[in-house]
Amino acid sequence: MVVKVISANQAVSNAVKLAKPQVIPVYPITPQTSISEYLAKYVADGDIDSEYIMVESEHSAISAAVGASGTGVRVFTATSSQGLALMHEILFAAAGLRNPIVMANANRALAAPLSIWNDHQDSISQRDTGWMQIYVENGQEALDSILKCYKISEDHDVLLPSMVCLDGFILTHTVEPVDIPSQELVDSFLPDYQPQESFLDPLNPRSLGTFADPNYYMEARYQMEVAMQKSKKIIKKVNQEFKEIFGRENSFVEEYRCEGAEIILVAMGSICSTIRDVVDDMRDRGKKVGLLKVSNYRPFPEKEIFEAVKNADRIAVLDKNISFGMGGALYTEIRANIDVESYGFIVGLGGRDITPNHIEDIVNKTLNPIKKITWIGLKEEV
Amino acid sequence: MDSIGGTVKNPGSTRNNKTGSWRTFKPLLDKEKCIKCENCILFCPEGCINKDYDIDYDYCKGCGICDVECPVKAIKMERE
Repeated sequence: MVVKVISANQAVSNAVKLAKPQVIPVYPITPQTSISEYLAKYVADGDIDSEYIMVESEHSAISAAVGASGTGVRVFTATSSQGLALMHEILFAAAGLRNPIVMANANRALAAPLSIWNDHQDSISQRDTGWMQIYVENGQEALDSILKCYKISEDHDVLLPSMVCLDGFILTHTVEPVDIPSQELVDSFLPDYQPQESFLDPLNPRSLGTFADPNYYMEARYQMEVAMQKSKKIIKKVNQEFKEIFGRENSFVEEYRCEGAEIILVAMGSICSTIRDVVDDMRDRGKKVGLLKVSNYRPFPEKEIFEAVKNADRIAVLDKNISFGMGGALYTEIRANIDVESYGFIVGLGGRDITPNHIEDIVNKTLNPIKKITWIGLKEEV
Repeated sequence: MDSIGGTVKNPGSTRNNKTGSWRTFKPLLDKEKCIKCENCILFCPEGCINKDYDIDYDYCKGCGICDVECPVKAIKMERE
C-alpha cells in the first residue's frame, strides 16, 4: 500500500494495471487522453502484460473490446463525450452479448456547441444500453471502482459491462492523495478472469452474436433485466468484501449529515465535495441540511435513496444533464420512484462553475419553491 | 432460453430454422431432360441440390440461379 499524489486519470490507470486486463483497445480523447497514455506506457515498459490495440476511432475501440471479450479475456477501455456517443451502437452489443467489459468515462459535455468541459450528459445519454454506471467523487473512488466493477461485471449472476464515470478535468486533471493497494491484496480480491458463458472455446464450440428472431429476442433482453436486478445483491456483496480487504467503505448511496435534515440535496460525482462543504457551513448556522450522494446510477438504488430521504421535508436533486422538456435524469427518476416532495436543479452544464453560493441558492429555492425545475448559474434568466 | 447473451451452444442450429417459406418461385427439375452436368449443384448458393438432383425445399429460397445456369433448360420456375 502506498499513497501517491496523482490525478484521477492516473488513479484509473493504476487500477487497470492492478486488474491486469489482457486486452486494452483505446482511442484518446480529451479529457480521457492521459488514461490512454499511461496505459500505453505501462504496456511499453512491460509493467503490464496486455495487448494494447491502437484503433482508429471509439467505435473501433469498443468493437475491439467486444471481440476481445468474446475470446474470454478481461478487457479495459476508456473514452469521453463524443467518443462515448460514437460507441453508442456497440454499447448495446457489449451488454447484449453479456461481455463483462469495464470502461472509464471522463464525463464531458456533448456538442453542439462544442465543449471539452465537464457535465454528465454523455454517460446519462447511454443510460438504457444495459451498462452498469457508477459516478465517483474523487480519485480514490475512481481507483476503487475500477477494481470493484470487474468483480461485479464478471459475476455469473451479472455478466453486464460497467462504466466508471469520473468528472472531466475536475477529477481527471486534479491531483490528490490516492492510496494505491498492493498487487497481492488486489489479487486476493480480484482473481484472474474465468470466462463462463459468452466466449469462444475451441473445445466447446458455440456461436456468439447470433441473429434472434421474435421467438428468442425478448427472452435475451429479459435476462438482462434479471441480471441488472440481481447485480444489486452482488454490488452489496462486493462492497462488503472490498471494505474487509481494503478498509474503504462505499455503498449505493452515501448519507452525509442527513439525520434530522429538513432538506436533503441529492447529487452524483465530484459536486458532492462542494455540497459537503456547504452542508457543514449551513449546519454551523443551524440550518438542517444534508447531502445524499448517489454512486450507483444503474442499477438504480431506489430503495436506498428512499430510506435515506424518507424523513426529509423536501429534497433537491442536482443534475449535470438535461432531458429537454422533462428535466434532469436523476430528478425524473427520483420523482418516479420516491414519494417525497422534490425539486430539480440543472447545474454545471459544459463546465459552468458550481459555487457554494449556488448550492445555498438551491437550498433557498427548495425552501421557497416557485417551479419544479430550475436552471442554476445562468448568466441571466432566459 | 438456456444460454446467456444469445449464445448458441450447439453448432448447426441454423438447420432448425427452415427458410423455404421465403420462396416465391419454386424450381422444378425435369430429370428426363437433365444431362447431369452438375451446374445447378455448383451454382446453388444454399447447397440445396444433392448429387441425385433432388432439391431441398426446406431451405431453397427460389433465387432461380439453377434455372439460369441449366444449359438444357431442365429447370422451370413455377410461382407457388
